[in-house]
Amino acid sequence: MIINKETIYTKDLANKKIKVTREFDAPAEKVWKAWTESELLDQWWAPKPWKANTQSMDFRKGGTWRYYMEGPDGSRHYCLVNYTSITPNKVFEGLDAFCDEKGKINTEFPSMQWKVEFIPVDSSTRVQVEITFASEEDLEKIVEMGFKEGFAAAHTNLDKILAA
Amino acid sequence: MRRDVFQAIADPSRRTIISLLMMQAMTPNALAEHFDSSRQAISKHIKILAECELVKQELSGREIYYHFNPKKLKEVDKWLQPFRVMWDARFSQLDNVLKNLKNKKS
Repeated sequence: MIINKETIYTKDLANKKIKVTREFDAPAEKVWKAWTESELLDQWWAPKPWKANTQSMDFRKGGTWRYYMEGPDGSRHYCLVNYTSITPNKVFEGLDAFCDEKGKINTEFPSMQWKVEFIPVDSSTRVQVEITFASEEDLEKIVEMGFKEGFAAAHTNLDKILAA
Repeated sequence: MRRDVFQAIADPSRRTIISLLMMQAMTPNALAEHFDSSRQAISKHIKILAECELVKQELSGREIYYHFNPKKLKEVDKWLQPFRVMWDARFSQLDNVLKNLKNKKS
């Protein structure tokens, strides 16, 4: 079966939300695993050439995922997710923040509220990510930060095209 | 002081002014009637919006009319672009992870 893999971005600036929706060619339980098990998250969470490395994972309500994103120059960004609500294979919510290597939250950077929903569509799964920011300034800051990683990712893709 | 689209839309009163002007061009007085805040407060918001080029003023007879400049709002989309690139890259990696998961056991 061919599914539409176009990613849909909706911004709701008035409510300080960005929504990202995409379908994946796998049943909800599998997609759920990829989003909630650290060995799998490490394989895709960081856009190449960045790499995600889990420090610790405690996927339950009140638990935390601590990881860092490592750049090709060896620079590291430490991050964490505090899980606030989990309904297996359907939806989870968490608070996403930047921190130091010991997991102390860095309040200079904006934190975000995440809600990730998994909706079965035939044999595939639609994932809806809703990211809520405390303020418009925070939203803007995060998108600016994503630039560095996004830009690097775009270059990797370009390299692939050029090598083909 | 920075003046750009993001600063313009960061304030709820300014967002209301933008939505009013999207419907029709208006005089400063007509705009102020939609708010409880003082006329000075509203003209300050209009001034910021004008400096951010989200609204343009035009003289019609003796009255100043403010018009909405839709071109400027497109900058918001441009600004989201890196965010899109990042998620697109992430998701194509997730596709591969899921493909491997599927092949391992069904």
